[in-house]
Amino acid sequence: MKAAVIRFPGSNCDQDCMLALREFGVDAEYVWHKETSVAAYDLIVLPGGFSYGDYLRCGAIARFSPVMRSVVEEAAKGKFVLGICNGFQILCEAHLLPGALVRNRSLHFRCEHLFTRVENFTNPWLNTAVTGQLLNIPIAHGEGSYLADPETLIQLNRNRQILLRYCDSHGAVTHAANPNGSLENIAGICNARFNVFGLMPHPERACDPRLGSVDGRVIFESILTRLGVRKAA
Amino acid sequence: MTEPAITPELIAKHGITPDEYGRIQSILGRDPNFTELGIFSVMWSEHCSYKNSKRELRKFPTTGPGVLVKAGEENAGVIDIGDGWAVAFKMESHNHPSAVEPFQGAATGVGGIIRDIFTMGARPVFSLNSLRFGPISEKAAAANTEPATLATNRRLFAGVVSGIAHYGNCIGIPTIGGEVYFDESYNGNPLVNVFCLGVLKHEQIARGAAKGIGNPVFYVGAETGRDGLAGAAFASRDLTEESKEDRPAVQVGDPFREKLLLEACLELLATDAVAGIQDMGAAGLTCSTCETASRGGTGVEIDLAKVPKRETGMTPYEIMLSESQERMLIIVKKGHEQTVCDIFEKWDLPYAEVGEVKDDGMMRVLNEGRLVAEIPASKLADDAPLYEREAKARPLPAELDLATLPEADVHRSLLDLLAYPSIASKNWVYRQYDHMVRSGTVVLPGSDAAVFLIREANKIVAATSDCNALYCSLDPREGARIAIAEAARNLACSGAVPLAVTDNLNFGNPHNQENFWQLRESVEGLAEGCRAFNTPVTGGNVSLYNQSPAGAIDPTPTVGMVGLIADEKHVTTSHFKSAGDVILLVGELGDELGASHYLKVVHGRKEGRVPRMDFGRELAVQEAVRALISSRLVRSAHDCSEGGLAVALAESCQSGGSLLGAQVDLGQTGLRLDQALFNESQSRIVVSVTAQNASAVQALLEWRGVSARRVGTVGGEQLVIRCNGAETAWSLTELHGAWYDSIAKVMEA
Repeated sequence: MKAAVIRFPGSNCDQDCMLALREFGVDAEYVWHKETSVAAYDLIVLPGGFSYGDYLRCGAIARFSPVMRSVVEEAAKGKFVLGICNGFQILCEAHLLPGALVRNRSLHFRCEHLFTRVENFTNPWLNTAVTGQLLNIPIAHGEGSYLADPETLIQLNRNRQILLRYCDSHGAVTHAANPNGSLENIAGICNARFNVFGLMPHPERACDPRLGSVDGRVIFESILTRLGVRKAA
Repeated sequence: MTEPAITPELIAKHGITPDEYGRIQSILGRDPNFTELGIFSVMWSEHCSYKNSKRELRKFPTTGPGVLVKAGEENAGVIDIGDGWAVAFKMESHNHPSAVEPFQGAATGVGGIIRDIFTMGARPVFSLNSLRFGPISEKAAAANTEPATLATNRRLFAGVVSGIAHYGNCIGIPTIGGEVYFDESYNGNPLVNVFCLGVLKHEQIARGAAKGIGNPVFYVGAETGRDGLAGAAFASRDLTEESKEDRPAVQVGDPFREKLLLEACLELLATDAVAGIQDMGAAGLTCSTCETASRGGTGVEIDLAKVPKRETGMTPYEIMLSESQERMLIIVKKGHEQTVCDIFEKWDLPYAEVGEVKDDGMMRVLNEGRLVAEIPASKLADDAPLYEREAKARPLPAELDLATLPEADVHRSLLDLLAYPSIASKNWVYRQYDHMVRSGTVVLPGSDAAVFLIREANKIVAATSDCNALYCSLDPREGARIAIAEAARNLACSGAVPLAVTDNLNFGNPHNQENFWQLRESVEGLAEGCRAFNTPVTGGNVSLYNQSPAGAIDPTPTVGMVGLIADEKHVTTSHFKSAGDVILLVGELGDELGASHYLKVVHGRKEGRVPRMDFGRELAVQEAVRALISSRLVRSAHDCSEGGLAVALAESCQSGGSLLGAQVDLGQTGLRLDQALFNESQSRIVVSVTAQNASAVQALLEWRGVSARRVGTVGGEQLVIRCNGAETAWSLTELHGAWYDSIAKVMEA
């Protein structure tokens, strides 16, 4: 099992993702955005940051990086692709995930610990969690408000592709608990095959108890379990 | 194209006095041309030369066993943190640019300080900032303040915060702490002081010297444009109504470019290709060429035709004085040119070989082979005139006469203090900063000091910035002494041992004798503090001319202090942890109400004698608390500062996210109630300990000769303070409502 952390110019959570993966004993490597193949990897991580300065629109330029053609091809073959924050934005721009992420409702960047609720655990990304479980994972974004047309939303709900929703500390999905104005408090979604997952919260920042929460681990544990490098608990 | 003739008017317009012009003539042995005049004007500005402050700065202690790079030697000081690792850190101001263009002014301030750190070969790991604005709400302003002034202050505050967020978030360096104060004296002249710390191994320290005759000189990074022309000179003048016209002197930042530049430079520095490296900050290409030559004892020759440019038709004057951002000058070891090319190609950054190191000590500037400037580099860099300005002492304020002070309702007063923007929670600010990227923020913003785990080195570093300018305005020496002591106290409360200091001296026009006296008193006060706490000054910045038509700012010698936490188990935060814990006040109950925020906020009076700072007592208190922390006896520690004991207790009830009440009994104090609750006597720390350990902790403190008293217990839905037989209670919701949302309510209204 090998994992790739893609480095776009302007990625800045690449080192944090690498650290989290290596803490789990994963053989992970950085892949520069000018590379043309990620076929050698079983898990492909698009980290957070400001790829290309987020100029034009978040992720809009990064999707044209040479490496993305291969990411799209590998995703089509069923390889696992995880996009965190800016990585989620890039996956939407590359049409690997439906919908778009737009400016936060408050118009401000927001960085804080908050809760998301696991909406579905029958997938590769949350199989070690349970539905309804609360995850305390920090967010840090200026453009994380998830938008999609009504048909897409119906599809996402019907197929249970919405994996995480923002909620309060009691698990209630409320307007007040929504940090950015996302439709239906959406924090993370999958594609229809469940092999591509994008989320705005940063699970890699919630793996070390010294940083206040280890709730991000469940996502890494789940995908590593699915990949067979970790035994299910 | 013909250059303007050198006339007395043109010389004066460049801020050069007739005496200074004479000095230039004797250095050159002739009259300077237009380009050379421009070069001298920026290099001999206060911002670059410290000509008005250097004699004072020499009073700082700058050496110590851990100092690897001293103040003034390079772009930033470097301090040993053990196991072969070191930290480079520095604080710098961007006050003037932020006054006329808050977003870009603040953003480029962040960019500049980050470059200073990676120029040293260090990877920047976190930032802090220290901000000052005029009042933002009617309630917190003087009675007759114009609504337009408040609106301007809010615009500046919002702009500066989003500028810092824009740059820091994008480049991926967490902004994990700092301070924000509001006071009338900053109307029209906000202060934006930014701090950055980076980590490196001892052998990675890079030098800004042009070594090796014949070595090629490379320009890397963004193209040069007409932005920021002569910004250093702009920063060395008073702000006036016309300053808006200086907006072209404000640079435009591109954090994405800087992120690439940062990664490319660190990649290059990891090779063996670099002989010297220097960022282009204030005074741009001018400063970087003459300083590297001066440090190297060499000369540097560059050809401006080879400099990557953003615009056509730029004159040599403009190219030399441009302060376009995200640029570096690199002296490359001959034969290693290809390494530079490969790395900068990889990162898609412009680069060009623009000249070479010479043996004649000259800074020689050509344009397409034609000589446009030729100046002895060391004389330009190091021989700026030094001035001993006249100082005139301002009488120290008289002791506050309590009889003239009506006793305000303490219930209302505490809520007013907590809601006062300088004291209120800064969550509206730090939520806009990515304060968790790099996965090292062990203590989130809002505690006494920022605490960061530097994973590369496996070290935990604490950092804080402090300055109570209200104290400094009334007694600059005592205020400066307290700034150092408070910084050290904040570190002690976090479990850290202070290592070193960077300072940012923000003052008014030094030609005003009282302003210069404030500068001198503050420097001497800081120096005394640094010696007392054994924390050398490793660098910093001087920002004078902080003066609007309404007058000078309150003297603001901001202190950035860095400390080390020996063990992750020693990391301590300011908020109460569990009901039933015992609250102790380490230090005296105190009685000094002079210069307090209670006087200012509740009574509208900036007066009275500043609290006395006894370093011996302060050190004893700090060492005692640190020892208790090391023995793992302390559950929370929070120092008493603005607003005194009552504010410290109220903050400890709520700063951790969840709310915890407290029952406090101060007994019969012999003081007025407001005096007991809100006095700002120094050297006091509120700690909480488990009930089981309380007696042992008291005994340990007694054994150390540090006075301490048991003042209450944690728990309940209220903060209750009994004092002199009276009881005052605040519900947690009213405390939280006052403190937590105060700034957001004003800014989002």
